[in-house]
Amino acid sequence: MKRLIHLMILLTVLALLTTACTPTSSVGAIVPPSIDTGIDPDSWAVIPAGEFPYGQHDHMTMVDYDYEIMVTDVTNQQYADFLNEALAAGEIGVGEVEVEFGESVAVLEGVYGFYAGEPFQGYKHEFEIKAGDKLYIPLDEEGLRLTFNGQSFTAIPEYANHPMTMVSWFGANAYAEFYGWRLPSDTEWEKAARGTKLVDGYGLPFPWGTEIHGNNANSYSSFDLFEKMFGKLGNTTPVGFYNGDTYEDYETLDSASPYGLYDMAGNVWQWVGDDFSNQHYRHMRGGSFYTYEMDLRVWKQNSAGPVYYGPAVGFRCARNP
Amino acid sequence: MQGLKKRLTYLFTSTKGLALVAMAVVAVATAVWGTLSGPMVEWGVRDITVRLLNMDLVQAEREGRIIMLYHTIAMTILAIEVYFITGMVPMKKHEQTMINTTITIGYLTAIIFGLIFGYFGHNFVYHGLFLVGQSLVFFAGLLLGAALWPWKKEYLLPEDSPYAHTRKGIDLERAAFFVMVAAALISASFGAVTGSYWGNGHETFLAEDLIRIPLKTALQKAIVGHLHIMLTLIAVALTLIVGRWMKFKGIFHKIAMWLMISGTIVITIGALSIVWFTWAHNIIYIGSVLVMTAALLYVIFSWDQQIKNRIAELGIEKPNAWQKIKALLHDPLKFGPGWQMVFMNFTVSGVGIFLAVKLEEIFRVWPHREERVTLTGHWHILAALIATIILMYFADLSGLKGKARKWFGWVLILMSDLAFGAVTIFSMKRLFVTEVAQQSIVNWTMLLTDIGLGVVLIILCVFMLWRLYDLLTRNGRWAQELAAETKLSAESEIAEQKRKLEKLEETLKGVSE
Repeated sequence: MKRLIHLMILLTVLALLTTACTPTSSVGAIVPPSIDTGIDPDSWAVIPAGEFPYGQHDHMTMVDYDYEIMVTDVTNQQYADFLNEALAAGEIGVGEVEVEFGESVAVLEGVYGFYAGEPFQGYKHEFEIKAGDKLYIPLDEEGLRLTFNGQSFTAIPEYANHPMTMVSWFGANAYAEFYGWRLPSDTEWEKAARGTKLVDGYGLPFPWGTEIHGNNANSYSSFDLFEKMFGKLGNTTPVGFYNGDTYEDYETLDSASPYGLYDMAGNVWQWVGDDFSNQHYRHMRGGSFYTYEMDLRVWKQNSAGPVYYGPAVGFRCARNP
Repeated sequence: MQGLKKRLTYLFTSTKGLALVAMAVVAVATAVWGTLSGPMVEWGVRDITVRLLNMDLVQAEREGRIIMLYHTIAMTILAIEVYFITGMVPMKKHEQTMINTTITIGYLTAIIFGLIFGYFGHNFVYHGLFLVGQSLVFFAGLLLGAALWPWKKEYLLPEDSPYAHTRKGIDLERAAFFVMVAAALISASFGAVTGSYWGNGHETFLAEDLIRIPLKTALQKAIVGHLHIMLTLIAVALTLIVGRWMKFKGIFHKIAMWLMISGTIVITIGALSIVWFTWAHNIIYIGSVLVMTAALLYVIFSWDQQIKNRIAELGIEKPNAWQKIKALLHDPLKFGPGWQMVFMNFTVSGVGIFLAVKLEEIFRVWPHREERVTLTGHWHILAALIATIILMYFADLSGLKGKARKWFGWVLILMSDLAFGAVTIFSMKRLFVTEVAQQSIVNWTMLLTDIGLGVVLIILCVFMLWRLYDLLTRNGRWAQELAAETKLSAESEIAEQKRKLEKLEETLKGVSE
């Protein structure tokens, strides 16, 4: 009996060591295969005016105007193009910039631009957003899929059609404003994600329907081929990846929203535009490859200060037709 | 037939039997509902459970389902604590029977119909019966409060009693139990009143999803206060239970009971007043300090006692430090409750205080999801720590001895703490590692959590199977426990009747004079 117990303990320790000592890839360290999904990241979808079920409790909410929204998240290539254009136009700078993280201030090397600030009312937990230069993206940080050679920005080719990440809300907002667009509001984003349809009295919980499978969206432990490379947490997938195509034997389901939008659940959280006047947190929608499927439900919200950036946060834009 | 009757008598009338049934109910609920989340989802087990049991899991109702599940399990845990209290605090036999019967029918009705409503379709008859069950549990609480009334003459303590008491002899431990029950009843009402608005201005939510909403409604605040105080009061009750189990007495007991009574009152006022006052947290901090100091005094007393008792058993006259440590660790089931309370400071209280102190500087800079993970981990650990202490007490009540006692105790302590420690690191990982480089720490902590919880569930399963096997034997432990409790109950009934007789004789004497 004693021997058996000792053997079991030894096996457990060995299993632990084997698992823990296996080299673990971080999302910045491995270069994935280039995959063309066939979905055009420059395309837009029209969302017609009308009521839709908003939030978990399906409150019928009116959006009384038509608007357009990008079919996919903004890609690394698109963002690199923006940076090059904005740099040439003198609207952004590259270098050291002060970033306020809560009560502490850090000096980071990155791309920055001017932001006019927001009124501060002194509420409990309110972020103060002063006018000044704001960090758009950090440079020299693992997870960024762009390179800068001192003069221009280039997307790492294999990641060119992956969603732009490591971008702060200021960086996302600057992209949209540069082209005369805007970030979608919280309401606009949700309408575009779930449409107006009710099934058995409920609005759609996912862009494609009522159920979720591993090959519907890029979420934690969804077993897509990128998880094979990067481990259970996975990595971003190219925009429009879940379109019903098969990639290297990995079969996806067509998971577009009722308006034909891709990646409205999973892959990366998406910044939305609303500024809540007494807090200034910015909301993020859609869940990401780091999160379980419960965060992929269309009404789920995440939030952070506008200075935040991370490997699982991106954005898409909206505009008036 | 006689055997079945005897077993049912054991299971549904004795303290140990009732607690065993309730633990089996929680174990089954955990085994089935545990397959719906975590790694079970990744391994595809959830889909099998859902198909097999024909569960109806609408995505929009996930939060509501979870709330039903929490409530049904909480009712069962409350029932277990009530059985322990009615078994250890002096009260009349008929009071014990009435309280235990009411809460048993209550929690069983609540868990059966609550889970059917939550997971198998929304017939509102089930929801009504769930409410009936909860109401019965509440009513049992009222009965318990009445039975624990500290000013009853028969329960006054003599002046030289080593247990905390007032000058008039009021048993302060009994008073602490009473205050805890009264606080729980008031706090349960807060939840019930808000629940009654459901669908009429109040919508289902999980508290951790609300934290960044700057302006919360009064109903939302009432729920947040309710859930925090109910879990706190469950912990207070358990601290009092293990105190009585370990025969907590002496000067520390005298201080601790005053602290526990005042702390319970202050913390309850604080938690419930968040509906009205933004500064209510300060009241909560004061109450927490009082309650936690009382728990600390218990830990010091119980560890000191364990060392002294073991040293005396071994006949060592002048023990050195190593011998004292060995003596302290000799019995894991008695060492465990105190240790888990100490460990709680690192995984629950410490995290909570750190979170409060560094909220603006650290946690509010992280995305909401990270803060949510920290909060969820923090209270899951507290709930699970409470469960491990209940298990230790019940294993002791079951007469676990020798190597089985040591193995059970140590595996329970080490593996649960391994899991709780790993969850704490996981939930606070952003302090040590960036999102980009978190894969390794996530792998480690998840693996250790799964191993720790997995092993704890396995030994719980082995323990329950042992009790099941015992129940199938003709003269097993259950029969001895039933006989012992019947004897004890008969003795206390005789004492009670004698008291009554004396009282009647006094009355007669008074009339004839």
